Amino acid sequence: MTYEGVPALVETVEAHGETTLVVDRARLVEAGMHLRDAEGFNFLSDITAADYLGWGGQGVSGYIGTASGRDLNMPMTQGHQSLPKPKPKRFAVNYHLLSVSERPRRVRLQVWLDDGEPVPTVVPVWPTADWHEREAFDLMGITFSGHPNLKRLLLDDDWDGHPLRKDYPIGGEPVRFSEAE
Amino acid sequence: VAAISDRQRAPIYEGTRIPQPIPTVLRVTQELRDTGDVMTVNFGPNHPSTHGVLRLIVDLFGEDVVGLEAVVGYLHTGFEKNMEQKTWWKAITYPERIDYLAFQNNELVFVLAIEKLLELEIPPKASWMRTCLCELNRIHSHLVWLGTSALELGAISMFWYCFREREMVLDLFELVAGARMHTRYFQAGGLAEDIPRGFFLEARKFVDWFPHALDDYEAMLTRNRIWLERTERLGLLSAADAIALGQSGPVLRASGVDWDLRKVEPYLSYDAVDFDVPVYPEGDVYARFRVHMDEMLQSNRIIAQCLDRLEAMEGEPWIADDRKVVLPPREELHTSMESLIHHFKIVTEGYRVPEGEVYVAVESPRGELGCYVASDGGPRPWRVKFRAPSFVALEATATCMSDALIADMIAIVGSLDTLMGEVDR
Repeated sequence: MTYEGVPALVETVEAHGETTLVVDRARLVEAGMHLRDAEGFNFLSDITAADYLGWGGQGVSGYIGTASGRDLNMPMTQGHQSLPKPKPKRFAVNYHLLSVSERPRRVRLQVWLDDGEPVPTVVPVWPTADWHEREAFDLMGITFSGHPNLKRLLLDDDWDGHPLRKDYPIGGEPVRFSEAE
Repeated sequence: VAAISDRQRAPIYEGTRIPQPIPTVLRVTQELRDTGDVMTVNFGPNHPSTHGVLRLIVDLFGEDVVGLEAVVGYLHTGFEKNMEQKTWWKAITYPERIDYLAFQNNELVFVLAIEKLLELEIPPKASWMRTCLCELNRIHSHLVWLGTSALELGAISMFWYCFREREMVLDLFELVAGARMHTRYFQAGGLAEDIPRGFFLEARKFVDWFPHALDDYEAMLTRNRIWLERTERLGLLSAADAIALGQSGPVLRASGVDWDLRKVEPYLSYDAVDFDVPVYPEGDVYARFRVHMDEMLQSNRIIAQCLDRLEAMEGEPWIADDRKVVLPPREELHTSMESLIHHFKIVTEGYRVPEGEVYVAVESPRGELGCYVASDGGPRPWRVKFRAPSFVALEATATCMSDALIADMIAIVGSLDTLMGEVDR
């Protein structure tokens, strides 16, 4: 199965038996329409936003080599140090598509963006995107241009910041003391 | 109890009724608003029949629901952020608490994602036992759904009957894992412990008894006049709308779409068991009730087949032999230096999972439960995201409720089988 006909296709990645289609952010809706109408991906399972700030920085205990595959029976495999492949931009938004049909299959549509850059909404393509996009806006701070009702979903309307970002402090909710009021 | 209803097996409406421009909000028309008779009522979040803490802002015109907006987030606990701070091994305890009725299915989906990244094969015994427990879990979840939904519509005795069998399922979980809920019995690589002695005997007792219990439920509800009046032709959702709104599981199958991930994308041992997928085309509350009832019977069939297979696997390994991921057998720690080191490393630092991103989906009792995991090759997940079927089911409330009465709201919200822990995560 090839997806060469998808408009605005930047890159196709095959890994772990899954296909990822990286598309140009500005033409996302066009790509979505094509996948829905021409390829039969009528079902949007999920939208996941991920923050890659600090990706590839040294973790607590380094990294294991994975480029040549991971062979547990080989001694010293654990000791190789290598960094993960760099990401093109800070945020990724993944659209997990499914074809509910005689020929079930899945594909991941992916766009990349930096902080403050808007992603066009896919609510006209898949209405279920409504809450998924609101969740990504709420927790990750990604703006979806053209969304009919873009406001916080899970957190309070006056919440400060976006908790799933990597620079959001853990346990960082300020304590209010009574004498301060 | 065959041929229970003489309903016409056909969709009640076709095409689309999804509200525009916001698919999840039903807006009052200006014409109606101008009459001055529209009253806005706040329903929830603390209400016994909202299955947790769901808040609905309802506009009423007389008794008709003319406007609706669902407000969620009262149970948001930041599971996904928390999991990023834990090692893979410790993070397995979190998904169980997201959907606290389908805990084993939630645990399973995260463990499957880890195994997919690690490219770890599990032994057949682990695969069959997982299948068995997931189906017991489905029965458990459906029983709580049936009991509480019927209770909300006034059928109090249903609640006691359902919880009677639910206790039997929980006793089985206790026998296997020591805990009644949140068992944490699945490990990356297989199971945490071997199947305990006595499990098969007790599980067989349940499997033999459960169809009789289902007959009791059918006798109480299926042709009950009050139940029919309160569930038939209500909360309608067509097949086209269900797919557009991302519905899955019983809600999708009650809208006439023959779709079950256990059949179309078999995982674990589902390709080797014999079972049917119940599909009802009407798309109303009663159809969802029928799907749940039939699924419980099918789950019982699957469990019986799993038990047959498992009994023949006495003495086989229950977890993969991969010492970089799996804890060494306890008795080796006293004699083997290497095992002690492995044990120490896995418990303190955690195992590392190769770089990559995967999306794994399983058929939880509520529908497609997905888990997206991204790893940077380190000992902790970089990003975990759950595709919660209840979250998506709540998006359909505005469509389902578009010509409902206020008294039907409870039945409709209940039929979507939402669980707020999973919605808010």
